[in-house]
Amino acid sequence: MNPQNSNTTSANDANSTNPTIRGAEIVIRCLNEEKVKFVFGYPGGAVLHIYDEIYKQNGFKHILVRHEQAAVHAADAYSRATGAVGVALVTSGPGATNAVTGIATAYMDSIPMVIISGQVPVPAIGLDAFQEVDMVGVTRPCVKHNFLVKDVKDIAGTLKKAFYIAATGRPGPVVVDIPKDITAHLAEYIYPKMVEMRSYNPVLKGHSGQIKKAIKLLLEAKRPMIYTGGGLVLGDGSHELVKLARALNYPVTNTLMGLGGYPATDKQFVGMLGMHGSYEANMAMQNCDVLIAVGARFDDRVIGDPKDFLSKQRAIIHIDVDPSSISKRVKVDVPIVGHVQSVLAEMNEALALEKTTNDISAWWKQIDEWRGVESMVYANSDIVIKPQYVIEKLWEVTKGEAYVTSDVGQHQMWAAQYYKFDQPRRWINSGGLGTMGVGLPYAMGCQFADKNAQVACVTGEGSIQMNIQELSTCAQYSLPIKVIMLNNRYLGMVRQWQEFFYENRYSESYMDSLPDFVKLAESYGHVGMKITNPADVEGALKEAFTKKDKFVFMDFITDQDENVFPMIAAGKGLSEMVLKKDNKERHED
Amino acid sequence: MKHIISLLMENEAGALSRVAGLFSARGYNIESLTVAVTEDPTLSRMTIVTAGSDEVIEQIIKQLNKLIDVVKVLDLNDGKYIERELMLVKVKANVNFKDEMKRMCDIFRGRIIDVADNSYTIELTGSCSKLDAFLEAIDKTAILETVRTGASGIGRGDRILKI
Repeated sequence: MNPQNSNTTSANDANSTNPTIRGAEIVIRCLNEEKVKFVFGYPGGAVLHIYDEIYKQNGFKHILVRHEQAAVHAADAYSRATGAVGVALVTSGPGATNAVTGIATAYMDSIPMVIISGQVPVPAIGLDAFQEVDMVGVTRPCVKHNFLVKDVKDIAGTLKKAFYIAATGRPGPVVVDIPKDITAHLAEYIYPKMVEMRSYNPVLKGHSGQIKKAIKLLLEAKRPMIYTGGGLVLGDGSHELVKLARALNYPVTNTLMGLGGYPATDKQFVGMLGMHGSYEANMAMQNCDVLIAVGARFDDRVIGDPKDFLSKQRAIIHIDVDPSSISKRVKVDVPIVGHVQSVLAEMNEALALEKTTNDISAWWKQIDEWRGVESMVYANSDIVIKPQYVIEKLWEVTKGEAYVTSDVGQHQMWAAQYYKFDQPRRWINSGGLGTMGVGLPYAMGCQFADKNAQVACVTGEGSIQMNIQELSTCAQYSLPIKVIMLNNRYLGMVRQWQEFFYENRYSESYMDSLPDFVKLAESYGHVGMKITNPADVEGALKEAFTKKDKFVFMDFITDQDENVFPMIAAGKGLSEMVLKKDNKERHED
Repeated sequence: MKHIISLLMENEAGALSRVAGLFSARGYNIESLTVAVTEDPTLSRMTIVTAGSDEVIEQIIKQLNKLIDVVKVLDLNDGKYIERELMLVKVKANVNFKDEMKRMCDIFRGRIIDVADNSYTIELTGSCSKLDAFLEAIDKTAILETVRTGASGIGRGDRILKI
């Protein structure tokens, strides 16, 4: 780093003569200063000095995973569940590259994290040393920012900046790459009290003129719609949003990432929108005349083809902390850059002073008609287990209060559709990157975040095998996670697309040679259950959740042919939704 | 439409690759990019010539501002500005071309900075389109080598990009 750099961190007292300590100890003390409770990691050559200091400290607990990818996912989920910055520690080279999928996953969903990676000693950098990889180069496209620390004196200032950058503005992962020799060098420990960066000043407060405009638009709307995303959850704006929505009595939809941002059991909630969203949510989104988007980004899985979306006239208000998310796919009329919580609070204050009320009963009547389509109804069976039924029962048995993590695929969509999240930070999934294998490490992160909570990992037999090694970590730390595996012997979502778009050519989407999951779980000392009969679903779930101190692996053998509906094909628009019954007709024709 | 974007960024290792990486990752085009340190050694000044629709340019500016190392961004096309590029061009200067090259060089207010037995090296400064025009004006077969720096831009009058 350039010593003259004016992005300074102000030191406590630069003139004091503290004793010098090793870089590795500085790292530990910085983490303590940031009140880090858990570090998820895996040791290796380049981080041995740091691990030696971990051995000597008890400021935080180190969680030893079985693969670096899982370390980053677990730290990511810990952050999603608590709001705190997640911390992972990996070694250089393969340790670092194993972490990349986890980092990219966190980046796509804007999760605040600090990932510390070891690096080969400074003199060896660039010489193709053993376990060397250019971590700063490799991660550049998938981090909010990254640093290579080349002087022991810079460790504390860099880590301070890393935590600050990760947690402020639009959050995101920050990588700090530290060469091994730097962790052995000596320096005074001075942790900066605050960070000041001339190049980084996120806007927090929304523009009051814009907020006034937004209120006016909202109150004049005939067919208003509130659309909220992951940003509302991450920005802890849920409480203010509920207040706003209730005061206005307007319909609310959440994106996949935004579930729990508005209580799903509330009558104003019209369900999730998007590719597998409810009919009423998508129709309301398409046909509204005033739309307020809060911490959401109109992505391709939400509105599909923007041309179809823009074929209808509507005024759009967009609140987002990241200016680059505004008018990226869809041009908006009233952009409000700011922290969602503070902007919504200001809107609520302004709204409280308004005398006018807006009667939108005709719009509600229309929405209720759309609700009448009952797009989420499925035909249950007493012969074969329907995956939707398992999720419905899971919701009942856990009283809707569990942390639910998911992997990626059909089970993810069913969990999103049928588990009604009434609280934010309870639905933990990889929305942006769509990373198979996150489910189990995500569940670990949630269980560490709240050791007494019910944590359910909804997964498939495909996804779970992508990080199955973490069954061992769960055993080591006695994590009482419940794995709800919807086992249809297919890569279900791939098979579904092959059925719809590739004339049933099920290319490589069949899961063969599956292990006996019950025995596998038992071999780690966990409880394994296999459920094949629909009549046993509820009882099995109840039994599993009464085992409060046991990890239970539940292998539900489900209907192989079930598809996720409604569905909007990739590249199509919201008005081109296919419902289950339409699909049936299509096949019967 | 062509835009000239000026920016100030931290003079740090890797800052250039963050900008270059952003353009390639998001599929924006770069016609030219120049960068050098400013009078303040902690800051680098960069000029990027790019092209795109208004929406694309708006995104480029926002994405550049999002980079942690970038301190300030200015779209020079939003106001009056001056653009200059330096070109060194080596041309044949045998009996057939000698006079033409000297004449064209004078017309374009260039300078001959190296004279060899059969070639001239001409230094020419101006807007990118002026340099293009020069290359159009002289006989193509006479061109041996061209080196261009890419455009540097600065706002006119009171338009100052400074922190």
